[in-house]
Amino acid sequence: MSAPPGTAPGADATSAAPGTPVAPASPYPSGSPDGSPGAAPAPYEARPLRITWRKLTLLPSLLVVVLVSTWLWFRHAELDAISANALANGQVWLALRQHIALTAVSTFFVLVIAVPLGVLLTRRRFRAATPFVRAVANAGQATPAIGLLALLVIWLGIGRTAALTGMIAYAVLPVLSNTMAGLRANEPTLLEAARGIGMSPAEVLTRVELPLAVPLILAGVRTALVLNVGTATLAAFGGGGGLGVLITTGITNQRVPVLVLGSILTVALALLVDWLASLAEVLLRPRGLEEGP
Amino acid sequence: MADTGAAIELVDLTKHYPGNPRPSVDGVTMRIRAGETVVFVGPSGCGKSTTLKMINRLIEPSSGSVRINGEDVTGLDPVKLRREIGYAIQSSGLFPHMTVAQNIALVPRLAGWSGRRVRARVTEMLELVGLDPGEFRDRYPRRLSGGQQQRVGVARALAADPPVLLMDEPFGAVDPVTRGHLQDELLRLQRELRKTIVFVTHDIDEAIKLGDRIAVLGERSRIAQFDTPEAILAHPADDFVSAFVGTGAALRRLDLTRLRDLDGTGCPTAHQGEPIQQVRGRLRASAADEMLLLDRRGRPLRWLRREDLAHTEGPLTEAGTPVGGTVTRDATLREALEAVLTDSAGRVAITGPNGVYAGAVHLEGLLDTVRGLLAADRRRAREHQEELEATRPGPTLPEAEEVTAGRVEGDTAGRPEGQAAGRPEGEAAGRPQGQAAGRPEGDAAGRPQGEAAGRPQGGAAGRPAGEATASPAGSGATGIPEADIAEEPEGDAVGSAG
Repeated sequence: MSAPPGTAPGADATSAAPGTPVAPASPYPSGSPDGSPGAAPAPYEARPLRITWRKLTLLPSLLVVVLVSTWLWFRHAELDAISANALANGQVWLALRQHIALTAVSTFFVLVIAVPLGVLLTRRRFRAATPFVRAVANAGQATPAIGLLALLVIWLGIGRTAALTGMIAYAVLPVLSNTMAGLRANEPTLLEAARGIGMSPAEVLTRVELPLAVPLILAGVRTALVLNVGTATLAAFGGGGGLGVLITTGITNQRVPVLVLGSILTVALALLVDWLASLAEVLLRPRGLEEGP
Repeated sequence: MADTGAAIELVDLTKHYPGNPRPSVDGVTMRIRAGETVVFVGPSGCGKSTTLKMINRLIEPSSGSVRINGEDVTGLDPVKLRREIGYAIQSSGLFPHMTVAQNIALVPRLAGWSGRRVRARVTEMLELVGLDPGEFRDRYPRRLSGGQQQRVGVARALAADPPVLLMDEPFGAVDPVTRGHLQDELLRLQRELRKTIVFVTHDIDEAIKLGDRIAVLGERSRIAQFDTPEAILAHPADDFVSAFVGTGAALRRLDLTRLRDLDGTGCPTAHQGEPIQQVRGRLRASAADEMLLLDRRGRPLRWLRREDLAHTEGPLTEAGTPVGGTVTRDATLREALEAVLTDSAGRVAITGPNGVYAGAVHLEGLLDTVRGLLAADRRRAREHQEELEATRPGPTLPEAEEVTAGRVEGDTAGRPEGQAAGRPEGEAAGRPQGQAAGRPEGDAAGRPQGEAAGRPQGGAAGRPAGEATASPAGSGATGIPEADIAEEPEGDAVGSAG
């Protein structure tokens, strides 16, 4: 799978995950069981392996198998002019890049909107606004994505902006509610201890509240990412590009190879993004919060 | 910041919560000396925690002020204030996503210490609370036992070397054995550091063990009694305090004094290899019936009684009876009493470092000592109680309450005497107690033959004090002690003395 294009600032969370230096630090044998193997007796010396080899290799190898077999199938398939035309001139790569960019940019904006909003709504001063904001976010997700997109296209015109706006509106809710849930789940006595030892409200937020809420926030981000890969296929209806173009072309022209290629790439991308997000979830979860002994 | 503690003064500290007609904390005024451990003890929900949190302004007082070393801190930036005050809470309050070192380093980092200084401080703090830095520095709190977490919590509270340490039921969530260890550790720490510690607990035994002084708090944090553990055990100010202290106060008092605090514990000794004539002579010259034979290193070996010495011909090491149990100088009087009661002859040797002879205690001597201690406690407690009554602001208390307080005062003073009189056979035993309660200097004069002379004197000394106690209440309160006097046969003597 090709690297995300440089125009995708939101991808840093996911693309950074495999490169985080924590993973290769402990060279455990590949046969180590799930969880944190054998770390209980000497927790200081041997940090537990956070990601098992199985988790690291299973899904990528599956994806490679699927993609390679698709490629082999295409090499021997006989494509007519319309199909060949639809796939020629690097249009597949273009669609894929657009799709990734849509996902990344929308996720970035979802984070930028939802996390601060979640923080704000858990502050005492703004707590009163919670029901209102929640209602809006709920409405964003409850509206059928395709209907929302149609409305936005009418409002904003054809193009990427409309598509992105729809995707963002659609994915804000999981991140927002998970951020709020994560912050609310923090023990009040712990936060009082933080204040009691002399941390300012900002320090309490950045050093205690947010780090402790990271697991739940990341779970929300993962949900949002997968949602966005899915809704990005709808961007094609609003002229936003992406793999949805291949799918719609395949359907309208009744060309199964084009449809299949678009679908397989979308599914593969969704699975890959989910896998990367799951890695990020494990690696970015603060040490000390892991389950196990 | 200082190495030693700072004095804390609470002035009419009050907390009103909106929607609650009565204040949760009502006009607490107290003075806590620098370097002293004061324990707030009281039933759940009495506002002791609220009072504590008003000191570092986790809870803003509705009115009143807190002065630390004379400076009113109610106007300071609360964040800055809290960095100068250590804070330890129940179940440690450690941040689970930070290692032990990071937790301890938090406050010094916030205060802008250099990295090297912070690291050195973390090591020092871990050693101070008895955890091996190499082993524990990089652990996460999840991998520590409850007791270890609590130690780290204390280390974190002390990391920036604050002069004041606030502890809110810090040992409430650990098992009793660990709690005992942690309490011992805290006592040891405090001997080294001499911080000003304010400690909140609902466990009176913990308060008695840890406190230099104890504030027994009633509803709305009203100070029912503020005194040393000894005084609170010996002389609870009112029914509330005595109910809270519970039974067995005199026995529990024994835990508060250690043998090394006593003087005059000793007996004649002889050394292994000394000529028997010389040893006999020494025992005869002393008033004791028994002496201790010590080995060459000065450790107790055998008890030698007069008869043993008179009849023995062989070496001293075969005379008398071997020393059974010994107690160390660090043993509490309770442990000593236990040992003395278990010993067949009712005495036990005291040892110092390396088991070297340091004295001996007898049952009778121990009982006399305890009686003396209790009497002294009671005397001091009454004096302190009178001071507290005098400083308590008059108008905030309804008159009725004052009157009942006065009556309780009169009752507790009067009751022991009445009991002693009611039980003729118990008179000899009961007398010293009753007299100590009734009259401060009654001890020496308290023998039966001195009674006629002693009573009016005591009355003269004791009653006016009682009046002074009640006088802020006005005429209604003073009436009660007068009624008491009238009931006593010696009323005339009091009248003439007055």
